[in-house]
Amino acid sequence: MNMELSRRGFLKAAGVGVAGTTLGAFGFSELEAAQAAAVRPFKLTNTMETRNTCPYCSVACGIIMYSKGDLRKGETAEIVHIEGDADHPTNRGTLCPKGAALKDFVKAETRLKYPMIRKPGSDRFERVSWDQALDRIARLLKDDRDANFIATNQAGVPVNRWTTVGFLAASATTNETAWLTYKVVRSTGIVAFDNQARV
Amino acid sequence: MTNSWTDIRNTDLVVIMGGNAAEAHPCGFKWVTEAKANRGAKLIVVDPRYTRSASVSDFYAPIRQGTDIAFLLGLINYCIQNDKIQWDYVKAFTNASYVVKEGFAYNDGLFTGYDEGKRDYDRSTWEYEIGPDGFAVVDESLQNPRCVWNLLKAHVATYTPEMVERICGTPKDKFLKVAEMISECSSPTKTMTSMYALGWTQHSKGSQNIRAMAMLQLLLGNIGVRGGGMNALRGHSNIQGLTDIGLMSNLIPGYLNIPVEREADFATYMSSRTFKPLRPNQTSYWQNYKKFFVSFQKVMWGDAATPQNDFAYQFLPKLDVPAYDVLRYFEMMHQGKVNGYFCQGFNPLLAFPNRQKITESLSRLKWLVTMDPLETETSRFWENHGEYNDVNPASIQTEVIQLPATCFAEDEGALVNSGRWLQWHWAGGSPPGEAKHDTWIMAQIHRRLRALYEKEGGAFPDPILNLTWNYRDPDEPSPEELAKEMNGYAVETLYDPADPTKVVTEKGKQVVNFSVLRDDGTTACACWIYSGCFNEAGNNMARRDNTDPDDTGAYPNWSFSWPLNRRILYNRASADLQGNPWDPSRKLIAWDGTKWSGYDVPDIAPNAKPDMVGPFIMNQEGVSRLFARGLMREGPFPVHYEPFEAPIANVVAPKIRGNPVARIFQSDVAQFATSEEFPYAATSYRLTEHFHYWTKHNRVNASLQPEFFVEISEQLAAEKGIAHGSWVRVWSKRGQVKAKAVVTKRIKPLICDGKPVHVVGIPLHWGFMGRARKGWGPNSLTPFVGDANIETPEYKAFLVNIEPTTAPATV
Repeated sequence: MNMELSRRGFLKAAGVGVAGTTLGAFGFSELEAAQAAAVRPFKLTNTMETRNTCPYCSVACGIIMYSKGDLRKGETAEIVHIEGDADHPTNRGTLCPKGAALKDFVKAETRLKYPMIRKPGSDRFERVSWDQALDRIARLLKDDRDANFIATNQAGVPVNRWTTVGFLAASATTNETAWLTYKVVRSTGIVAFDNQARV
Repeated sequence: MTNSWTDIRNTDLVVIMGGNAAEAHPCGFKWVTEAKANRGAKLIVVDPRYTRSASVSDFYAPIRQGTDIAFLLGLINYCIQNDKIQWDYVKAFTNASYVVKEGFAYNDGLFTGYDEGKRDYDRSTWEYEIGPDGFAVVDESLQNPRCVWNLLKAHVATYTPEMVERICGTPKDKFLKVAEMISECSSPTKTMTSMYALGWTQHSKGSQNIRAMAMLQLLLGNIGVRGGGMNALRGHSNIQGLTDIGLMSNLIPGYLNIPVEREADFATYMSSRTFKPLRPNQTSYWQNYKKFFVSFQKVMWGDAATPQNDFAYQFLPKLDVPAYDVLRYFEMMHQGKVNGYFCQGFNPLLAFPNRQKITESLSRLKWLVTMDPLETETSRFWENHGEYNDVNPASIQTEVIQLPATCFAEDEGALVNSGRWLQWHWAGGSPPGEAKHDTWIMAQIHRRLRALYEKEGGAFPDPILNLTWNYRDPDEPSPEELAKEMNGYAVETLYDPADPTKVVTEKGKQVVNFSVLRDDGTTACACWIYSGCFNEAGNNMARRDNTDPDDTGAYPNWSFSWPLNRRILYNRASADLQGNPWDPSRKLIAWDGTKWSGYDVPDIAPNAKPDMVGPFIMNQEGVSRLFARGLMREGPFPVHYEPFEAPIANVVAPKIRGNPVARIFQSDVAQFATSEEFPYAATSYRLTEHFHYWTKHNRVNASLQPEFFVEISEQLAAEKGIAHGSWVRVWSKRGQVKAKAVVTKRIKPLICDGKPVHVVGIPLHWGFMGRARKGWGPNSLTPFVGDANIETPEYKAFLVNIEPTTAPATV
């Protein structure tokens, strides 16, 4: 990877150098300086590389994300470029029109940033804090579970299920998120538990 | 997938039917191109449309959507009639020779035991005859008229090339060309792969579509071999993982089951799960069920799961219905029986059938919580967007809490690709604003609910209060800790049962894999099929050695493939009864007189003698099932049933509408249309520039495919006076959409049972949020009925009408 970066960087620098030198010989040294200043520095210089996989279909192409800032050092990291991972055995660096535009998903204007609540009958969302949102959810869950939990059936057999609240899980979260979601949901007795694989 | 993306390079023939890999899985389709270029492999595409895959195929045959079973049984009939069967494989590795019980029969589209009122079967005759030795009776000569082979031969005899043409609209000469190409793969040295996707699953008989192809692949000897297999091209990056981990109403991770009401106690639950072998010497691996179940209970509830309380068996809910799948649950919601609902990374308003019903259902909730990186139509289902979402917010009393989640680039963990590879990935960016990981959000919900139960008490708090929660940071369990729970660990020090002085695993250490799990509570494991993914050797999912010895396509040291890093399922079947590869050029594993070894992890005990132990170790028989016994609700063999909305009556069983055992809710019946009212056969699909309802939020993808359209043939356009690029209204008995018409040669009318059938193609990527132009999707139109076995909705075949219209009002 680094090999390719330096090759690209080298070509760009060399091109500028040749033009500048020729012009310089004719007494245009100021132009040379101006042109050198106008050349955009290679955008992946000093970026962090992180291996990931495309979140769309299940070919699961390998990708490399380039970010400014290093998450592992506790810094804020901004992703500036995403490309195919040439070392990945399935995609060997290629990406489709979706994978090639992944950065646009990460930086979409419609990414959600804050918890919101829409009150009954309202025509808008209002921003709330995480504590407000989560305490509200916990209270809604607790009250509904206590009111509607079915401990036994008519024959007196323990059935311990809760049917009035349901949970629809995703299809692009990690296994680890899936497992934690499973634990939390299953422990409540929720039986209306499903995920995108259904459809 | 039984195989992997990179294995497709080893095939001789690719059949794409029920999918469009070149469009929907482009970088995986590369391996089809490789097989064509390097091996001279051929590609067959069977589809209602001349798709992107078809455009690079060697042969294309059209088919009417919803008639795949007739086509596939026609292929099986052709192979039987022309003796194109891999006989040694079929005799040794399938149940062809098994004798079926007296009393089993099939007439007029129905098997024995049908109850029309219940829309269900008494399946007791769909079984083998059991001999005095307790094993299934077999007739290796295949002479017994009740052996599976003879029953199958009689069952498929109806599906002649003429009948295939009549039902499917596939011209006979085209069907015969496909049959001829496919039948050549009955040679032990020629292999075919089946690549399918939602074009097969999204039907009221989707499971039987797939079964029909699996049966064909068995007859050709193509399961378990390099370049063969049944390869489901899964649509989302971790839909395989979410399924494996069992985020479904009736599942426990690793394909175990949530108890039902009649399983009142653990002993009763286990009594139907002994999985006694049905033939001598067979593995019947599910005999280990109890080990996996108890290890799951231990990981969930730790010390609170004891032998005395049946390992907290009663902490699990018991089901009173087969499952609370989404169709059942939205029906309940529609009836006002549901108060609250969570949508985690899911957009049901656009993704579920009959959008009007979904809107009404969500409007009857007291509250809805959404967790997503992006704005979804679901979280704004109450917001008015003119014609595109014509609702009155003031009349919708649902409280909606929208939680911002991170996306892949900000998250760490494993996703399971179609080929069962668990690939670890790392976070590279900071989340925007206050967006949080799903793990943090789920931990917060649990911790706050738990705190309320600790403080206030309430309904059966035990499973919540005793849930194992020993994470370093209880507010945000780390991906590594969660992965380790899935791998499993020793609760107590494990000793070798053969030599009690020998320690197998020290207390607290990760287990090496599921082979050491126990049923006495001394091991804990969340998902047995993943065990081995994160053991004492480290995080095997993060392995990145991309070497591939002898270029088999296995890449054995890249990530971790479940189970046990096995790359091709049933790989024992790649070798004959002496243990030698059927095709020496395609060796996977071989028997050296004492053990199995080769390029892949053997899918059999390493010392299992090849002439004694069958390759299909998960089955009690040790062989695969051409006859499914009572395990499929429609019958042990597939039958052609029309979609619930079909342009013609069922030719083989005219009295039967749709799938006779598919569940139908009374409230939906009035909304099923007939072809008199709605004459055109519609179907839905993806485009390569978009991913579902996500990429319309992206500038680039919204520019590449900015606007909703529908595709129709030149003939239908002429009949209805529709010009290319003009606005049309498409409506079903459930709703309507407006779209630009793409008039194309890619769709042609089919002649089915003597009648022309026009196909209307509807892509699915538009809604009312994001950067792309506002539009609709097929689910404003689709019917609310699912597959009889697994309730996947019938999105791929329904009826519509179409007429010219004017542009919708812009908002």
